Amino acid sequence: MAHVGGQLPTSEVDHTYTTTGINHRKLLMWVFLGSDCLFFGSLIATYMVYRGQSLVGPYPIDIIDIPVTTISTFVLLCSSFAMVQALAATNKNDQKGIQIWLFATAFMGAIFIGFQIYEFNAFRLEGLFVWTNLFGSTFFTLTGFHGAHVTLGIVWIMVLFFVARKGKVGPHNALDVELCGLYWHFVDIVWIVIFTLLYLVGGFDAGPVAGVLTEPSLLSLLA
Amino acid sequence: MATITDVLERPANPTGLWSWITTVDHKRIGILYGVTAFSFFLIAGIEAGIIRMQLAVPENGLVSPDVYNQMFTMHATAMIFMAIMPLSAAFFNFVIPLAIGARDVAFPRLNAFSYWSFLFGALLIHSSFLFGQAPDAGWFSYAPLTEEPYSIGKGIDFWALGLQVLGVASLAAAFNFVVTIINLRAPGMTLMRMPLFVWMTLVTSILLVLAFPVITVGLIELTMDRSFGTHFFNTVGGGDPLMWQHLFWIFGHPEVYILILPAMGIVSEVLPAFSRKPLFGYPVVVFSGIVIGIMGWAVWSHHMFTVGLGPVANSVFTITTMLIAVPTGVKIFNWIGTMWGGSIKLNTAMLYAIGFVALFIVGGLSGVSHAVSPSDAQQQDTYYIVAHIHYVLFGGAIFGLFTGIYYWFPKVTGKLLDETLGKINFWLLFIGMNITFFPMHYLGMNGMPRRIYTYSTEYGWDFLNLLATAGYFVLFVGMLVFIVNVILSVKNGKESGHDPWDAPGLEWTISSPPPSYNFAKVPQVLGQDHYWIVKRQAEAAGTPIMGPEPFVDPATIHMPNPSYWPIVTAFGLLLLAVGFLIEFPWQYLKFPIPIIAGLVIFTGVMGWSFEPAAPEEHHAEGDHSEEGHH
Repeated sequence: MAHVGGQLPTSEVDHTYTTTGINHRKLLMWVFLGSDCLFFGSLIATYMVYRGQSLVGPYPIDIIDIPVTTISTFVLLCSSFAMVQALAATNKNDQKGIQIWLFATAFMGAIFIGFQIYEFNAFRLEGLFVWTNLFGSTFFTLTGFHGAHVTLGIVWIMVLFFVARKGKVGPHNALDVELCGLYWHFVDIVWIVIFTLLYLVGGFDAGPVAGVLTEPSLLSLLA
Repeated sequence: MATITDVLERPANPTGLWSWITTVDHKRIGILYGVTAFSFFLIAGIEAGIIRMQLAVPENGLVSPDVYNQMFTMHATAMIFMAIMPLSAAFFNFVIPLAIGARDVAFPRLNAFSYWSFLFGALLIHSSFLFGQAPDAGWFSYAPLTEEPYSIGKGIDFWALGLQVLGVASLAAAFNFVVTIINLRAPGMTLMRMPLFVWMTLVTSILLVLAFPVITVGLIELTMDRSFGTHFFNTVGGGDPLMWQHLFWIFGHPEVYILILPAMGIVSEVLPAFSRKPLFGYPVVVFSGIVIGIMGWAVWSHHMFTVGLGPVANSVFTITTMLIAVPTGVKIFNWIGTMWGGSIKLNTAMLYAIGFVALFIVGGLSGVSHAVSPSDAQQQDTYYIVAHIHYVLFGGAIFGLFTGIYYWFPKVTGKLLDETLGKINFWLLFIGMNITFFPMHYLGMNGMPRRIYTYSTEYGWDFLNLLATAGYFVLFVGMLVFIVNVILSVKNGKESGHDPWDAPGLEWTISSPPPSYNFAKVPQVLGQDHYWIVKRQAEAAGTPIMGPEPFVDPATIHMPNPSYWPIVTAFGLLLLAVGFLIEFPWQYLKFPIPIIAGLVIFTGVMGWSFEPAAPEEHHAEGDHSEEGHH
C-alpha cells in the first residue's frame, strides 16, 4: 500500500467519500495487479518446473536469440519512461506533451510486439510450435499471455490518446492516465522477470538427450 | 463525443424484466444471485439423488457408467461453483453494503457483470447435457484422464471453459468486495468494529483474488493441451500430470476456505443475536479467520499424500494441516462461549447455527484424521473422504447459508419465514444429513472407493448404502418443506418489521425491504454491535426506537443508473468460451469465433467506460466522457 498517502481525489467524478482516502479505482487496480501476479506466477512456475524436460528439440539453446530480445526489452523499458512522462504532462495539463508521450508509449509497446511476432515466426521456421515439446508449450503460453497483456495495454493507451486528441485529458482526470500507467509498469516488470528467467537464465538450456539437465525439477526438490 | 454518448444513453427507469437485466442495485443482484444459485443447488441435488439411487443396491444398473460419471462430476462441480459459492455471493451482495452503511458496492456495474458472467458460465457447463457430453472426470479432473485420448468427448472442454467464465465472475465479485469493504465503510466503522460476516467476506474475497488466477492458469493449460496439442499434463510429451494436481490444489485448498468462511461469518452473526450477548472473544475470531486465510495456502499437498511426494513433503503438510485445525477449533470454542450463559432463543436460524457448529465439529475431526499422512493413505479415495467433505460442506457451508437465509429473509422480503415449517425443515435436514453421510465413514473404512459405479454384495456394503440412500429422501423432503415455506412466506408471511430479532447489525436500522438508497443519511457507527448500543441508549433515555430510519424521496439521492453494458460484456465473455468449443477445419485459424467475441467485449468495455454517469448529468453538462475507465 505504498500509495496510501496519495492526495485526495481531485477529479469531479471521484469526489465520493472513501474510508481510506484512496480512490476506489486505484485500489481496484492494485488488487487486480495482485491477482495478476499470481496469474503470471503460475505460468512462470510451470515454465521453471518444465525447464530442461523437453524430449525433442529445438531446445532453448538452439533458438533463443538473447541480443534481439535485449533490444526489444530495452524498448519496452523505455516505454515505461514515456508513460511516466505522459502522467507528468497530464498533471501539468501540457496538452501536447500528453499526446506525444502517450503515443510514444503505445508506439514502443507496438515495437515490442513487433519483435515478439518476429521471434515467434523465427521459432516457427526453426520448427518450434506449441505442440513440438514442453519448451514450446510453456514458452509460447507464457510469452503469449504476456504479449496479450501488452497488446491490451496498447489498446488502452491508444483510447486515452484519442481522448487526449480532443483535449479531454488533463489534471481533472489524471487518474485515468495513472491507472493505465500502473498497469503498463506492471506488465513491464513482469517482462523483466520473464526476460531474466527465460532468456538470461534458461536461454542456454538443452534437452535431457544432450545430458545437460541443468537444474533439478522443482517438483523433485519437494521429495 | 456527443454523438457517441447519445448512442450510449443509459437506460432511464426501466421496468419489468428489462429493469432486472440492466440493474446495478446490489440488493437486486443479491436476489438474482440467490435465486439462480438455489436453482443450481436443486439441479445438483437431483444429480446427487441419481448417484444415491444407483448405489442403493449392489450390482445396480439404473444409469449407465458413463452417465454415472457425469452425475458425480456435475454434482460436485455445480454444488461448489454454482451453488455454495454464488449463494455466499448472494449474501455478500445483499448484506455487505447494508452492514457497513454504504449505498451500494464500490463498482455497481462490475457487480452486475459478475452476476451475468456467473449465469452464463453456469449455463455453458450445463448446456453440455444437451449434447450428451457432460464433464465426467470428477470435480478436480485429474490429468491424464482429462487428456486425449482418454477423454474424447467435449465434456472436459465444457468444464474447463465454463469454469474459466465462472472464474472471471468470481474474480470480478472479489475485486469489488475487497474495495467495498476497505473503502466504503461508514464513518466510525473501523476494521475492529466490522461485523464478523463482513470480516469473513473480506478474507474470502482476498483468497478468491489470489487463488483463482492459479486455477485459471491450470485450466488454460488444460485447454491448450486439448485444443492446441501442448504437453503440459501429457506424459507422452514429457509433461507431468502432477503439475495439474499442484496447480489445482494450490487453488483448491484456499477454495475450501472460500466455501466455509462466509458460513462461519454468518454463524458468528447469528449466535450472538439469539444468545443476546456479544460474540465471545471477537478479536480472536477475527484473527482466527485471517490465520485460516493465510495458512490455507500451506496445506494443499495433503490432497496428494498418496502420489509419492516423499516423506519430507508429507511430514511438512501433515504438520501444517494439523496446525490449521487450531484456529478452526478456537472458533468453535468462541461460538460455544458466545452461547454460554446467554438467554438463548431457539428459533430456526439459531437451530441452524447450532447445527452448523455440531456438524462442523464432526467434519473437522474427520478432517484432522486424514491430516495424518499414514492414516490418509488408508482413507484416500474412499467414502470416508466423501463423508468428511459432506460434513464440512453440507453440515458446514449449507447449514451456515441456511442460517443466513432464515436470519436475513425478513430483511430481503419484509416477511418472516414460518417458524413451524422452518423447524420441520431444520430437523429433516439435520436428521437426513446424518443418515445420509454418517454411514459413509464406515463404508470408507470398510474399503468402499469413492466414485465407484456399483459394488458386489460380497463386500458387505449393502445395508449402509441403502441407509444412505434413505437419508437422501429425508433430505429431499426437507428441501421441499423449505421451498414450500419460502413460497408461502413470500405470499402471505407475517410482516417482519424492520428489526424482528432485536439484532445488533447496521442493516436492521433501515426498513425491510430496504429502500433503493439503503441509508438516507450516512450512519455514524458507535461501536461493535452498533444497533444494540443505539437501542440501549434510546431505552435508557426513555425514547425506545420503534421504527426504521425515516424514508426520503429517492429522487434527492444520487444512485448509480442502470446499464446495458455489463450483460453485453458478459455475453462477449461467453462467446469467447464458446468459440473455443467450436473448431473449424482451417489450418491457421481453427477458432475464429473468439475474434468476434473479442470485438463484443471491446464494444462492451468501451460502452461501459464512456457511458455517462447519469442521463440528467449528461444533458446538463453536455459531455462526460471520462467517467470510469475500468
